[in-house]
This record gives sequence, C-alpha cells and structure tokens, in this order.
Amino acid sequence: MNVAMSGSELADAIREIDSEAVTDQSDDAVWITAESWPDVAASLRDSEALSFEMLSLLTTVDYIDHFEVIYHLLSLSKNRTGVVKIRCGEGRIDPTVPTAINVWRGADLQEREAYDLMGVKFEGHPNMKRLMLWEGFEGHPLRKDYLR
Amino acid sequence: MGTNFLDNSFFRNIYCNLSKSDDIRCSGGGWLGDGILPAGFEWLAFLITAVVMAMVLINLVLGSVLIFIWAERRLLGRFQSRSGPNRWGPYGTLTPVADAIKTMFKEDIVPTAADRWVFNAAPIVMMVPATMVLAVIPWGTGTFLADLNIGILFIIAITSLSTFAIVMAGWGSQNRYAMFGAMRAVAMLISYEIPMALSLLGVLMLAGSLSLVSVVNAQDVPFILVQPLGFLVFFIASIAEINRAPFDVAEAESELGAGYHSDYSGMKFGLFLNAEFMATILSAAVIVAVFLSGGRGWSFIPSQGWFIIKMIPVLFFIVWTRAAWPRMRIDQILTFAWKGLIILAFINVAVSAILSFVWPDPTMRELWFMVAINFGVLIVSVMAVGAWFGPQGASAPNMSHGDALPRPRPAGQPSGGDS
Amino acid sequence: MTLKSEPVIVNVGPQHPSTHGVMRLRVAFDGELVTDAEMIIGYLHRGSEKLAEERTFTQVVTLTDRMDYVAAMTNNQAYILAVEKLAGIEPTPRGVWLRMISAELQRIASHLIAIGFLMQDLGAMGTPLMYTMREREDIMDMFELMCGARITNSYHRPSGVFQDAPPELWPRLEAFLVEMPGRIDEYEQLISGNEIILSRMRGIGIISPEDMINASITGPMLRAGGVDWDIRHQQPYEYYDRVEFDRPIMDESDNYARYLVRVYEMRESLKILRQCIDQIEPGPARDPEVPFVIRPPKGDAYVPIEGPKGELGFYLVSDGGISPYRCKVRPPSLLNLTLLREMVIGLPMAAMIVTFGTVDINMGEVDR
Repeated sequence: MNVAMSGSELADAIREIDSEAVTDQSDDAVWITAESWPDVAASLRDSEALSFEMLSLLTTVDYIDHFEVIYHLLSLSKNRTGVVKIRCGEGRIDPTVPTAINVWRGADLQEREAYDLMGVKFEGHPNMKRLMLWEGFEGHPLRKDYLR
Repeated sequence: MGTNFLDNSFFRNIYCNLSKSDDIRCSGGGWLGDGILPAGFEWLAFLITAVVMAMVLINLVLGSVLIFIWAERRLLGRFQSRSGPNRWGPYGTLTPVADAIKTMFKEDIVPTAADRWVFNAAPIVMMVPATMVLAVIPWGTGTFLADLNIGILFIIAITSLSTFAIVMAGWGSQNRYAMFGAMRAVAMLISYEIPMALSLLGVLMLAGSLSLVSVVNAQDVPFILVQPLGFLVFFIASIAEINRAPFDVAEAESELGAGYHSDYSGMKFGLFLNAEFMATILSAAVIVAVFLSGGRGWSFIPSQGWFIIKMIPVLFFIVWTRAAWPRMRIDQILTFAWKGLIILAFINVAVSAILSFVWPDPTMRELWFMVAINFGVLIVSVMAVGAWFGPQGASAPNMSHGDALPRPRPAGQPSGGDS
Repeated sequence: MTLKSEPVIVNVGPQHPSTHGVMRLRVAFDGELVTDAEMIIGYLHRGSEKLAEERTFTQVVTLTDRMDYVAAMTNNQAYILAVEKLAGIEPTPRGVWLRMISAELQRIASHLIAIGFLMQDLGAMGTPLMYTMREREDIMDMFELMCGARITNSYHRPSGVFQDAPPELWPRLEAFLVEMPGRIDEYEQLISGNEIILSRMRGIGIISPEDMINASITGPMLRAGGVDWDIRHQQPYEYYDRVEFDRPIMDESDNYARYLVRVYEMRESLKILRQCIDQIEPGPARDPEVPFVIRPPKGDAYVPIEGPKGELGFYLVSDGGISPYRCKVRPPSLLNLTLLREMVIGLPMAAMIVTFGTVDINMGEVDR
C-alpha cells in the first residue's frame, strides 16, 4: 500500500539531519528553509531509513505573496512517499532555491520548466535556460500576475 | 554495320522493310515490299530502326514502371491488411497515372544553397544506367537490342554509375540529410557490387560466355537450381543495389526524411523515383535472364510472355521483403556484405570451379548432379556462415549475445533502488 | 592512420518523421555516430496548466485529454483521482470499474501505438504499424460506444464516469479479449524473433536502473531495467488491489527489453480487463449528488497512477474556489527524456532514432 509519510514523521527525520531546517509542518508535508535544502536532499536520498531515491515531482506554486517549491519524493525500496515544501521569494522578490540536480538527476528538466513557467531560479543548475518557451520570451506565464 | 543485328527478329522486321539490304536474312524484303529507302541509305534505315526499337523498349519499361507502382501499392495494402489505392480506374489502376501527372505539374524547386549544375544533372545521370541496361537484356528469343559479348560485365559496370548520381544529388542539395543518404548509398553500393559480381562467376563458368543471350541458351536446367548459392547472393546483393528494403538506408525515411532526394521536387524527383522502379524491374529481368532461364519455356506461350511470367514472382518477392522486414543499419549492412555475402560468393565460386573442372561440358544428367551437390553446399555454407555471423548480431558495440530470447519474468518484491 | 573528421550538426526535427511529434534534437554527428545531442522542446506548448486555472474542476478534464492524446483515458483517470482526493468525493463502484476498464484499454492502445511507431522507426514499412492500428481501431470503437469520442474522451468525472457503458459494449469487449491474445502473438511472430530487429535493438540504448531511478524515469522503461515498480501494484489506486496481474520485468534495460515489456504488459492488461468484467457490479456509474461545479476545500492533492508511459499524476491546489488554483502534471514523457543525451551518445544515427522511439514519448504530454 501507499505509505505516505506524515508531516511530523518526515519533520522529525529532517530535524535529525539539520535541526534548524524545518520551519513548519502539516499533516502530509514539511516546510524547510531554502538554505538547508542541498544537505537535506542529499541525506533524504542517502539515509538508510528514508532512502528517497526518486524525485517524483517538482512543482512550484505562486501564492501571491510568496512562492512555494514542492518536492514529491518517492522511495522505491521502502515504497514510501514524502512531501517537502520550500517557501521562497517572499514579497514576490527573486524566488531562488538551491538546485537538487546533484542529488536527483530527474530535477533537471523539472527545474528548467519551473524556471521557464514560474520564474523560480534554481541556484547551481548548470543549464538554467527556458525549456518550453523560446529565448527572449518576457515574463513567466504561470505566475498569477502574468497578463495574457 | 547493322548486319550482326539481323539475328534479332524485331530489328530485322523493321530494317528489312526500310533498306535494300542484300543480306540473306533479309531476302524478299519485308512485308511492305523490297525496301522503301533507296539503295545507299542503309545507314538511315539502321538509325531509324535503332531509334524505333529504343523508343519501344524504353516506353514499354516505363509503362511497366507504372504497372509495377500500382501492383506494389496494392500488394503492400494487402500485406498490411488495408485496401491500397482503389479510386482511380478499375482497382485503382490509374493511380500511378494520376501520380505521374501530379508529379509533372509540381513546382520545380531548386534550393538557394544548392549547387545548381550538380543538382540538376543528378536525376538525369540517375536515369542513364537504368535505361542503358535495357539494351542487353534478352526479353525473349531474338528480342533484345544488343547481344553484347560482355553483357554481364556491361550490366555490372553500368549499374555502378548510379552511385555517381546519388553522390551528385546528395552533394548538390547542400543538405546534411541528403549528404548522409549519399554517403550511406556509396558505402553500400560499392560493398554490394563485389558479392554481386562474384556470385555471377559460377554462372559464367557454366555458360562459358559473358553474353546474356548465351547464358539464357546455356540454361537447359535453370541456373537457380544449378547455382542456388549464387542466386541467393545475387538476389540479396541486387536488392541492395536497387536500394530497396531491407537495404533502403540511403533514403531511410524514418531517419533521413527522404535521403539523397530530400530536396528534389516535381519531375526531378519523378526521375529519381522512375529510375528506382526501373532498376527494380531491370534487376528482376536480369535475375530472370541469368537464373530463371530467361524466355525459355513450353512453346504455347511466346518467349516474351515467359519472361514476364517469370519476372512476376521475383518482383512479388521483392515487394514482400519490403512489406515484412525492417531496415538494417548501415554498419550492419556493410558487415553483412563483407563478412557474409562475399564469403558465400567465394564458396560458390570455388565449388563451381571444381564442378566445372570435373564436368567441363556437362550433360543434362551431370547438370542434375551439380544441382544436388550445389544445394548441399547451399545449406551447409549458409548455416555455417549464419552460425558464425548471425547470432552474434551484426556489429554494434557493447551488444550482449545470447541464443534464447529473453522473456520478462513475473516479479515478486521490489528490487530496490540505489543498491 | 587516423582520419580527422569534422562534427556535422544536424537538426533532427522539429519536422522529422521520427520525432513523434514536433520535437527537435540538435545532434552533432561524427560520421554516423552521435557525439552530442541537445533536446529542444516546446513546439507544442499550449499552456494547459495555465488554462486549467481558468476552468472549473470538471472542465479541466477536457484539457487532460489533450496532454497525452494517445492515452486520454489514463490522463482523465489521474486527474479525476486527484480531484476526488482533494474534494473528498467517494466514487461509485461501477464508475470505478468502468474507469479501470477504460484505462486498461487505453494502456493497450497506447502500447500498440508505441510498438507500431517503434517499428516504423526501425523502417518496417508500416506493416506492423498497420496491424497495431487495426487493433487500436477496435479499442477506439469501444471508446466511441462508451463515451461517443474516440481520442479525446473526457469520459471520467468526479465520482465515476459521465455515463454508463451501453450494453453493446460488453459483447464487443468480450470478442476483443478473445481475439487480442492471438493478435499479440501475431506481432511477436512478426517482430520479436526477427533477426534484423534483434540485431538493431539488443544491447542498444542501455541505462542502468540506478541512473533511471535517479532521473525520475518510470513506467515500462524502468521495468525493462529490472526494477519492479508498478504503481498499480505497489500503491494500488481504484480497485487494482482486487485484480491480479504480473509485472513483466527485464534486466537488459536495452531497447529490446523496453519493447518486449510493452508487449507483455498488453497481455497483463487483458488479464486485468477480464477480471474487471467478472467483478463489475450494477449500479449508478456516477454519484448524482456530486455537482458539476465542485468547490473542494483548501488544500492540495497529488495521486500518482501508472500511466502507459510511466508515473502520471496531477498535483492540484485548491483555494476553495471552483477552479484549481494550481494544476501541475507529472509528465512521464518529459521525465523519461531526462537521460536521452546519455542514451544516444556514441550510437549510430539509426540506433539513435530507435532509442528515441523506445522511450515512447508523446509530444502533447512533453510540451503540454
């Protein structure tokens, strides 16, 4: 059966990795700080207890006053899923998150897509270019303030 | 000068009506009278006759191209469980005509970057070998344009000219896909000429002549039976020479768009297409002449009729191959030629040489002995080459080998990730 | 002596017969060998995710059809499952069975397309493609019976499907289940043992399962790499825990393995269909209490399902309104392309095309 890790479970696990990483938690998700993300991501993948081998889905959501990057993680060996969220770009200013491409190669295209459509920058991504739209396209269409 | 053509009934009928030749074979003139042209104009009679004959033959073959296109499309439709063209004319017989008209009226585009001279000359060069081969094929008893004493050599030499046309098309288009196609075609055509020529050596040893007419006359037993291995190699090599599936890498539509004629449109493209279909028909004709005893058969059907009847299964087989098999990869094709077909051709040459040393002038009975021996050689050598060459797969780096097909197994527990 | 050669840069696509849509690969060739490849996509980008924010939850179903347009039913299913989780809607049993039947039929149809066009990439002159299309036509006709549409079905609705399947469907489905195994054997006879196919597909385009997992590659590709990961089995949704089926796994992880896994998955889908028909119960196909305009509570939901091409899912965020605040697809086609460059480097051009074909992408889903 699908074992979705509850927010508190995941939060405890992340606190063990970096005690200051977790900022908030809900029933099914954990919010962590952007700065702690590279270390936390590497540990989430490598730790025996969690072993989230796959970054199943990377999403960005525009919450008007801030952006959120949502990582759906999947452990094939443990058959477990977990959701990690990162708040960024408070006040819509320059949303930036460290890249996860060194941990999960699957973040490559998803981060480029997120940058293209939502304008969230992923620091350290080797090829941070637009994916869907063409070079020189103005704006990021999935933002709520994008004018058609 | 035209006298040695007078064996040819077709030629004789026209020529004797026109000229006041004193040749014995022309005695009594033609059915129109004793020569229309005044004496001393035999050269004109020869010219007119030759032009008429060339016109008739070329147009017959062009007409048969239309029939072949229709037949191929219908057959492919049947193979693929669909109906094929069926709108124009009864059973869609007029579809190729409509196609031809459409092709003629299409805009003729020359790409700006193209090398105009080379680009425009390529389709014409492509047509030249296809039309020239016509001359030496004995379409029936006495029905041929020229009985060259080097007929087979002529065919092999002339067909390799099409390589030039393909390179010209690929280079002239200034298109990388076209260039890819041309390069592949050159590599393939040059490789397959060798087994093709070698596979005919056995036939030549039996017939004792390079002339196609003599080869046909020598076939008291069709050479497909006496030379099965030679036939196999020649058939495969000629499919490759005419760029058809599974050797159609030069115009591999799923890889190169249309290969070397990607940039051609209108009638230039039509010429390429025409030349390819003519090449198919002519290779079938050569196979019939060399291996299927040409126009020989029971006399209630004229020899020309026998020739056509024998061509039909050959063409059917070529179309069938195209419908059933995927394309080979270019490196595999070259490996297949150099490591497979050439070896088979050499085995055939060696066995034929020994047999023709043992029976220098074979009687009917000895020919049937040869049939038995050669079929044994065919089975053994093909299996041996196949065992050495087949299961390993042709080339490709880091390929895993195995005899049994791998089957997916029903699985139990997850096998885990980064373990 | 070594010859010095200059790399030739060729644009494979966007107008190219074998890119399965409008995809562009900038490939550097050294002779026939690929030395570098860059993927350029976006030619079919229609902004589906943005459009979804303007439509009600039910209206978005039509957008999902147009994402993976050869597997519209599974897209519907993935979206509807997310909506149901978000809004807490309980589907009717008959609706769930009908959704499973349509999804499994769609999986077969999608695999048929994948195999047929893969053979077209191999240069098989359309014969296998026509055969697979013939069977796909059967499935399309059944879809037409079920919902009146053949490709863009929009069949699934929150709480079930929008109309019950007509009685004419069942004999049709029965005949299909009887006939299809023989048809699959026919493909296998034509394709699986062919020497040319074997020599062109075995040992080509290998990626290790570790790399695939790390690169979020899922579906038949992952199973062809020896990883037993099928969401239908591992994290059952709908009634997949009530049916029994095997997961074909191969260890080779090459093009041939990916092809063969798809063939065997079609057989497993037939098994599932048989069990669905046996277990389907009468009742309403959807819950009439569920309104057309749904207002789910605030929150988010993501339900992964096993699409024909891999893990497919919709991440929906609701702000309590009538339309999704954010609708994000997990596109298996796009993510399966992550390692394309690594897969094709060093291969000849023809093998590159075949490798690309075995990934089985759909540009409608890659670009959305």
